[in-house]
Amino acid sequence: MMNALGEPQSLGVLGGTSQIALAVTAKLCDGRTRTVVLAGRDPSALEAAQTSAREAGATHVRTLGLDALDTDSHQATVDAMFAEGDLDVALLAFGVLGDQLAAEADPDLAVNVAQVNYVAAVSLGLRVATAMRRQGHGTLVVLSSVAGERARRSNFVYGSSKAGLDAFAQGLGDSLRGTGVRVIIIRPGFVRTRMTTGLPDAPMSVNAADVAAAVEKALVGSKDIVWVPAGLRVVMSGLRHLPRPVFRRLKI
Amino acid sequence: MPAELDPDLIGGWGRTALTAGYVRRGVRAEQVPEILSDSSLFPDRGVVARGLGRSYGDPAQNAGGLVLDMTALDKVISFDGQTGTVHTEAGVSLDTLARVLLPTGWFLPVTPGTRQVTVGGAIAADVHGKNHHRDGSFGRYVTRFGLATADGTVREVSPETEPALFWATTGGMGLTGVMLDATIRLIPVQTSSMLVDTVRAADLDQLLVALEQADHHRYSVAWLDCLARGRHMGRGVVTSGEHATHDQVPVAGPTSRSFAPRAFVGAPSWVPTGLLNRASIAAFNQAWYRKTPRSRNDELQGIGAFFHPLDGVRSWNRLYGPRGLLQYQCVVPDEGSLRAVLDRISTAQAPSFLTVLKRLGPGTPGPLSFPRPGWTLTLDFPVETPGLSGLLDGLDRIVAGSGGALYLAKDSRMAPDLLAATYPRLAEWSELRDRVDPHRRLRSDQSRRLSL
Repeated sequence: MMNALGEPQSLGVLGGTSQIALAVTAKLCDGRTRTVVLAGRDPSALEAAQTSAREAGATHVRTLGLDALDTDSHQATVDAMFAEGDLDVALLAFGVLGDQLAAEADPDLAVNVAQVNYVAAVSLGLRVATAMRRQGHGTLVVLSSVAGERARRSNFVYGSSKAGLDAFAQGLGDSLRGTGVRVIIIRPGFVRTRMTTGLPDAPMSVNAADVAAAVEKALVGSKDIVWVPAGLRVVMSGLRHLPRPVFRRLKI
Repeated sequence: MPAELDPDLIGGWGRTALTAGYVRRGVRAEQVPEILSDSSLFPDRGVVARGLGRSYGDPAQNAGGLVLDMTALDKVISFDGQTGTVHTEAGVSLDTLARVLLPTGWFLPVTPGTRQVTVGGAIAADVHGKNHHRDGSFGRYVTRFGLATADGTVREVSPETEPALFWATTGGMGLTGVMLDATIRLIPVQTSSMLVDTVRAADLDQLLVALEQADHHRYSVAWLDCLARGRHMGRGVVTSGEHATHDQVPVAGPTSRSFAPRAFVGAPSWVPTGLLNRASIAAFNQAWYRKTPRSRNDELQGIGAFFHPLDGVRSWNRLYGPRGLLQYQCVVPDEGSLRAVLDRISTAQAPSFLTVLKRLGPGTPGPLSFPRPGWTLTLDFPVETPGLSGLLDGLDRIVAGSGGALYLAKDSRMAPDLLAATYPRLAEWSELRDRVDPHRRLRSDQSRRLSL
């Protein structure tokens, strides 16, 4: 159970091998979290994630296979996550960045981005929400992105998938008012991880550990939408209101 | 889950960690055994009884499960004015009992910081009051109770006939069964007034001396300013009291036992986060200390003002804003550990609005009963206090290392291993519970959080 200070005892991660997921897991295990369920695609990466969760202080760690593209398998995955007891927090951390120019040339690549980042998140998010409603409590933490705030010319396939995810998560959170289940949306800016290796550092970029710290803080607090770093909220509010002809010309 | 029921979001008095449970209101005593034994009702989430919801944390809520609102069991069944015993249903509040009993010349043997708790809750938490150093906790005055257990039977339980179940239930946080009725021994009083002495103490040394000197009074307690630093650390006010006799009140006679307290004001229903913060709490503490005379003897006070000043403000917990409050109550056996705890709080400048210190006497045989000889310190913190989690984890270590414990009726954040470390007879309790509820029919959010 989550305690009075918003410190969870159990955590389930969808996309448990991503660097942000690893950082969040480590951060929460440094507190009260002892039970961790990691769902991911790559068995050897899951093995490593399991070891790192143990090293961070988790005492009960399980791993599960997750195929984001196979929505038919999602119910079984979520059932298995919750099979051994309540989960106080579920982190929806999977996602792909994709290559914008390649995706424009090959629409199948764009579909893949949309299916992983949006379709799979809708499928899994709703199933997790139902499991949490049944247990009467829980927090679903959704990793959105600042890229979803306004789609950019240079990254609109990824950006639009995150825009869909973000809108979905907002509505889901509203629908869960009064059920004991909460949805927190994390909107990081540029995070220096494997996913962004080779890309030039953007202004206000952060590390996975900064995102983890923001997640921990959000669990204690009452804000349901969290920008990382916090200053991005103001910056993005400005960008959002730029006239399109101006926005289009910005080199971002 | 039954489709006709919608879950309610419920929490404790601290208004933290709310969860959704299915609340059954208007429960009658004869329905309880049936509900407990019907395993098709919430098979994997279980049932817990809830009284007036004054536990600060999560013992009277049950996420995804059934919550029995016991307050419809509100009848005082019988009262014996010869022996001074009262037989009541478990949902009767101590407030009701005091109103009924005081005019007859009898009073509750133990009264906690609020009258707004039920008899069932008082036994489940084995509550204590300002007379603990002399008279012990509530459980000591319970002669028997009727307990509906998970198998659907109602057991007649007394310290003589079923000592193990009696003491596992006293302080057992509702996890051994659902209490239906109880019989309590009362104490005789001549009036409904208190004769109160007040002493101001400029530092912790003076405060501890003043509290020890107050030991000969039936009731004693100290308020202290947790934000005072350095040589002022531990400054506070000791109040002690006795029930006033006929010749000590201006007009003796039956009316001198009248008791009809009212709440003067209610907290507004919405208060912004941060109203109670370090600055406002420091100002309050300072003013409270300064307004107290150095010493005052034999002041007549009403029972409500002496025992339950906070009952004068309805829903005072709302003053902490939407994020809620966290109450931390520990007992430590020795003065050294008490100093270490206070020192940490003072150094951290963590603002507690009401800090209360009290001497405790010997405990009851209840394995999960909180009181044990030593000092008990109670602090109220706004949940958003920066660094609160780390501070309290540090206090936990001092408490555990000293042989002390945290009070389960207040707890909303401890880790399961701390419970095992500070309640050495936990295994004995668990064994009894395994016998009386092998399938964990009785569950609460607290039992899940503490793996109880």
